[in-house]
Amino acid sequence: MTFPLLNRREAVAELLIDRGDLIVTTGLGSPSYDVMAAGDHDRNYYLWAAMGSAATVGLGLAMSRPQDPVLVVTGDGEMLMGMGALATIAVQAPKNLTIAVLDNGHYGETGMQRSHAGHGIGLEKVAQSVNFDWTARITDLAGVCDLRARVHAKNALSFAAITIDVTEEDRVLPSRDGVYIKNRVRAALGQQVF
Amino acid sequence: MQQTPLQNGQSIDWKAQVYEVLKDFDVKHAAYVPDAGHATAIERFNADEAVHSVVLTTEEEGIGYLAGAWLGGERGVLLLQSSGVGNCINTLALQVCARFPLLMVVTMRGDWAEFNQWQNPMGQATEAALNLMGVRTWRAEKAEEVEGLLRGAATMAFEGDQACAVLLSQQLIGKKLWNQVQ
Repeated sequence: MTFPLLNRREAVAELLIDRGDLIVTTGLGSPSYDVMAAGDHDRNYYLWAAMGSAATVGLGLAMSRPQDPVLVVTGDGEMLMGMGALATIAVQAPKNLTIAVLDNGHYGETGMQRSHAGHGIGLEKVAQSVNFDWTARITDLAGVCDLRARVHAKNALSFAAITIDVTEEDRVLPSRDGVYIKNRVRAALGQQVF
Repeated sequence: MQQTPLQNGQSIDWKAQVYEVLKDFDVKHAAYVPDAGHATAIERFNADEAVHSVVLTTEEEGIGYLAGAWLGGERGVLLLQSSGVGNCINTLALQVCARFPLLMVVTMRGDWAEFNQWQNPMGQATEAALNLMGVRTWRAEKAEEVEGLLRGAATMAFEGDQACAVLLSQQLIGKKLWNQVQ
C-alpha cells in the first residue's frame, strides 16, 4: 500500500501557518521559491548561493536571537553540502533551531540528477547520530503540522527530513538583492540598518 | 616563546591582544577551526561566558554562522589557518552579496620557515585568494603590529560592512618545532 508523496508547496505552506515571531532562512533553489510562495516576509532570509550555508546562517540567527524560533528550510542537496555543519550545530544545540529538509532525493535546480539522499542516505539519521535532540522522517501533512508545533515550542534542537515528490513548481522568485534582504531582516528584528 | 622581547626589556603578548582587541570591539561570537597560533585566543574565548565559542568542522561554516549572527544583531570573528582560507572561497560570495561585516584572523603557513611543503601551495596563495574574493588583507610580521592592524581591520569590518582579514605571519608566530611534542 502506497500513499501519495507530499507536495513541497503544500508542505512549506503548512509549516509556515501562524508563523508569529518565526525567523526563516532558506537554502538556494526551490526551497527559497517555496518559502516565497508561502508569502514573502520581513523575517525571511533567502540564500541564492553559498551552497551548504543555510543551516549555518540559521545557527548564527538562533544563537543571537534565543528569544525567537528559527527555522531553516532547505533541500537535500544543499544540506548534503553542509553535512559537517550538523555536527557544529549539535555542539551548540540551540533549543530554538529547527532544520527542515525538503527531500526529493534529487538536485532539482540542475536537471533532477539523483542525490545521495536519493541513493538511500537518510539525513535525519545523520542528524540523529550527531545528537540532535529530536529528529524525524516526515511523510504526511500531519507530520508537518506536528513539526510546526515543535518549531514554536523552542525546547529542542530539531531536524526533520520531509519526503516530497519530484514535481517542479513554478518559480516564485524572492529578491536577489542580498543587502536589501539583510537590511529588511535586521530592521524587522529591531537592528540598526547601515 | 609566547612573547616577543623588545629593546626596552618589556614584551608584547600579541596572542592575548588578539582576544583583548576583539573584546574591545564587542565580539560576541568566536568561530574557529583550531590552530596553534590561535590557541591563546581560543582558550580565552572558551572561558568567556559572554562569548559563544563555536568550533567548526570546516572554515566556511563560520561565514554562514557570522552572517546569521549579524542578522540577529551581534558581531563575531572567524579564527582560521591559511589552509582554511581555501575552504572559504565560494562561501565568501555570501559576504560580497549581503555585505555583512566579516573579520577573519588568519595564522599563516607556508610563508616562512615552513617544514611541511604541503602547506606551501595554499599558504602562498592565501592573500591573493582573499583579495580576489573581495577581502581586504593586512599582514602582521612583528608583535607590535598586531594590535593596530587588528583594530583597523575590525573598524573597517564592523563600521563599514567590509570583509577584512589580518594575516599573522610565520615570522610572528615562530618556527614550528617538528622534532618534539608541542
